[in-house]
This record gives sequence, C-alpha cells and structure tokens, in this order.
Amino acid sequence: MIQMLSYPFMQHAVIAGTLIAVMSGTLGWFMVLRRQIFAGHTLSTMSFPGATAALVVGIPLAMGYYVACICAAIAIGWRAPTRHLTGPLSSARIGTIQVVGFATGFTLLGYSTHILGGLDQLLFGTFLGIDRTQLIILIAMTCVVVVIIACIGRPLVFASLDPELAEAVGLPVRALDIGFLILLGVVVAATAQITGALLVFALLVTPPAIAQRLTARPAQGMIVSAGIGVALIWLSLICAYFSVYPLGFFTTSIGFAVYVIVVVVQRSASGLRAVHV
Amino acid sequence: MSGYLLPAIIAGSTIAVACGIVGWFIVLRSQVFAADALSHFAFTGAIAGLVIGISPQLGVFGCTIACGALLAAIAGRTLADDLTIGIGVTWVLGLGVLALAILSRNGNEGTGAATALFGSINTLTGVDAVIAASIAAVVIGVIAVIGRPLLYASLNPVAAHARGVPVRLLNALAFIALATVVAEATQALGALLLLALIAAPAGAAHHLAHRPAAGIGIAAGIGIASVWVGLAISYCMPTLPASSAIATVAAAAFAAAALIATLRRSPARRARRHSVITHTH
Repeated sequence: MIQMLSYPFMQHAVIAGTLIAVMSGTLGWFMVLRRQIFAGHTLSTMSFPGATAALVVGIPLAMGYYVACICAAIAIGWRAPTRHLTGPLSSARIGTIQVVGFATGFTLLGYSTHILGGLDQLLFGTFLGIDRTQLIILIAMTCVVVVIIACIGRPLVFASLDPELAEAVGLPVRALDIGFLILLGVVVAATAQITGALLVFALLVTPPAIAQRLTARPAQGMIVSAGIGVALIWLSLICAYFSVYPLGFFTTSIGFAVYVIVVVVQRSASGLRAVHV
Repeated sequence: MSGYLLPAIIAGSTIAVACGIVGWFIVLRSQVFAADALSHFAFTGAIAGLVIGISPQLGVFGCTIACGALLAAIAGRTLADDLTIGIGVTWVLGLGVLALAILSRNGNEGTGAATALFGSINTLTGVDAVIAASIAAVVIGVIAVIGRPLLYASLNPVAAHARGVPVRLLNALAFIALATVVAEATQALGALLLLALIAAPAGAAHHLAHRPAAGIGIAAGIGIASVWVGLAISYCMPTLPASSAIATVAAAAFAAAALIATLRRSPARRARRHSVITHTH
C-alpha cells in the first residue's frame, strides 16, 4: 500500500483525483440541487470533441477540453431563462448539442491517425498519464473554483431554490445561471481528463446525490459530498492499482453501491419509524 | 448508386420515422435524458454481447429493453427522475468499461467498440434493412394504437389517471417503445449519435407545430430528410462518416426550426402588444 505511493504516477493520480473529487463534489451538489443533470452530462461529453479537436489542431489536450466545455456551457445557457432550462424544448436542445459534439468528435477522429487507439482513453479515462503541468493547472483551478463558490454560493443556492423570488429581490439570476454552467463546464473538463468523457458522472452526480440524502443543509452537504468523492476516488485508485480492471469500473460501481445502500437503509429506517408510530 | 446504399436508405428511413414519432412524445414528456441513458445502455449491451459471445445486436436489444422496463418500473405513474437516471447510467457505463477491458484482454476487441459507439449504417445488409423496417412498423403500430391516451397521460397524468386512463401501463409502453427504437438505431447510427434522430427532428417539430398530428408528421419527415441528405453528403465526401453527417444535418434542422420559431414569434408578439395598446387607448 505504501509502496503504491512511491511511484510518481500514483502520487500524481492521488493528488489529481483528490482535487477533482473536491471540485466535482461541490459543483455537483449545485447541479443536483438545480436538477441540471442532463446539462451536466452533455457538458461532460463535450470533452470528447474537445480532445479530438485539440489533437487535430495540435494544441495541448487540456486546452481542448476546457474550450469545448466552456463553449457548450454557453450554448446551453444562452437565451434560456431559468424556467425554460427544464422545459421540453430545452431537453431537446441539450440533446442536440450533445449530438453535435459527438458527431464533430467522431468526424475529427478520422483526420488524426494516432487517436483511434486512444478512443477508449478519451471516453473512459486513464489515471496513468497525469503530468506535472496538468497538476499545477488543476491546483490553480481548484483554488479558483473554491473561492468562486465561497463568494457566490449563498445567492446561487437562493437562485436555485426559488429563481422568481431571487429575481424579485434583485439577484442577477440569469448571470448566475450562465456563470454556474460555465463553472460546471470548467470542472467537468478537469474531471474528464482522468475519468474520461463518459464517466465524469461517477464523481459529479453520485457523491452529491448521496450527500443530499444525508443532509439538507447546503454547507454541510457540499462538504459531505466532496468527502465522499475523495473517499471514492482513493478507494477506486487502490482497487485499480491492485487489479487489471479499469478505474472507471470501480468508481462507478462503488459509488452506485453506496448510493443504493443509503437509499435502502433510509427506506427501512423510515419504515421502522412508521411502524413504531 | 452502389449496392450498399439501398439497405442503408431503407433501414435509415424506417428507423428515422420510428425515432421521429417516438421522439415527438419523448420531447413532449421532457424525457430526452432517458433516451440518452438508454443509448448508453445500448453500448454496454453491445460490448457485453461480444464478451458473452452472442451477437452484439442481441446484447443491445436485451440490455436496452431490460433497462427500459426497469426505468419504467422505478418511474411508475410519474416520469422517471433525472437523478435516478443519471446515477443508473453512470453505473451501467462503468459495467460497459469493465466489459471493454475484458474484451481487450482476451485480445478480440477489433472495431467492436467503435462500431457500437458510432454505428456503421453503410455495412447494413438487405436482411438488416428488412428487420429494421419490421421493428419500425411494430413500434409505429403500437404508437398508433396508444397515441391518443398517451398524449393525454403525457400532458396531464393526474387528470388522466383520475379518468381511468392506465397511466402506468402507458408510461411503461412508452419506455419500451423508446428502448426498442434506441436498440434498432444503435446499429445504424451508434450509441453516441442516435440521439440525433430522437431529439433533433422531434425538437424541431415542437418548434414548428403545436398540433400533435402535424408535429409527429414533421418529426418523421425531418428524420427521413436527415438520413437521406446525410447519406448523400457522406457519399460525396468519403472522409465524412455517414452517422456524423446524418447527426449534423438533423442538428442543423433543429437550429433552423428554432430560428424560424423565434422569427415567427417576434412579429406576432409585437402585433399582439400593438393591438392591446390600441385597444386600451
């Protein structure tokens, strides 16, 4: 176990995994609160065309991730008032944006000969290739995200729970909407570098969903969510290190198992309470 | 015209019609995320089918229809919650990754994963086309029968239930119809691109028409047009994959419809506001 940490690639993976878990645990808490799950999923898939485009153009991979996710965040949030974010046409629009992303990524895949072997990696992640620059960017990113959340957290909770009242009180609800989506895009792009485009949700949805079942208080919920995320990624890294199977399988399965256990325990506890009453 | 185009056109057109009709209801019910999740289940099904040694096609149908039924069971009389779907889809994708790893360790990965993800409409055979057409016909038949009560149950489930409409059964049928078209479309467009035929034409139709019959017709029409134009474009530009071309055309149709709706709405609204002003004066 100790020996595991003596390899630089594992040190990088643990540090990066922790930072990512903290960021996506916090942002994911808001995403689950706002029920913008489909938007979050679509943002996370955008890292696939971002990565292929970066490889074709020849810019650093990470830059492609961030640019694509931020562009998609603006496309989803643009001209969409809060109440329309969950309406029928918004779900069709988000789905269409996702499809455009995948179509672009798949088309570009044909223009770059050395990606096809890495298709699995782009979609399902790898924790082996995190270098020092990526790590420094991640640290800076985490600081920025935590500071922003500390500043706008309170109004954002208000605007998420009751957008109309928040607007009436004078909060810039639309700016918060778009700002949140862009922030989510940044976090998702960072997360996707390790988990791959399709498995971001393992850290973005499951820990916050568990946390929201455990506590209703915002600050507590975010901390619990980030904590669960960190525990999840550490456990998965250990499992992936000692086995031949991919990290993504462990993160998704452990998270899902914990969620199911929490739901079942809560159900049976409330059932018992009902019997006693 | 080359020989491979005819099956592609027949399979693509029938799939597009089925996807357009089912998609119209899915967009109305704001369940595009469920369609997205089912398409990811299709990927896991395809890879699992390869691992077990049955055909990927069987794996896709088994997995999507089973997961569709499960989602329907969880949802009951309501529409499934996005959060439940999100957690479920993550885990099923995780299982897909596991299957992929087993497959590549056994050394027979080949292009199975890429085909499952992005489809291969141009490798469909005549038999595939006939199967696609029959499945589409069954789904369209089912929707034709349940369409009217399904519309009621989608717009106002509480009132429909109160008036004796079997909302739970209709929801389950809608999920299974969706799972079936998703499974069929996976073969042509791939798990990651088939949403193009479900969300985009139906979304465009909702922008353009408010009457259900007109909307369903427009959705099916845009679906077929996307397949034809997409196939033609990729025939002329061989570097462009057919599934990407179809998806892009469908997305462009959605964008055009949104633009038309905006343009159409603004003068109408201006006129209405104007008439209100003159009226009060």
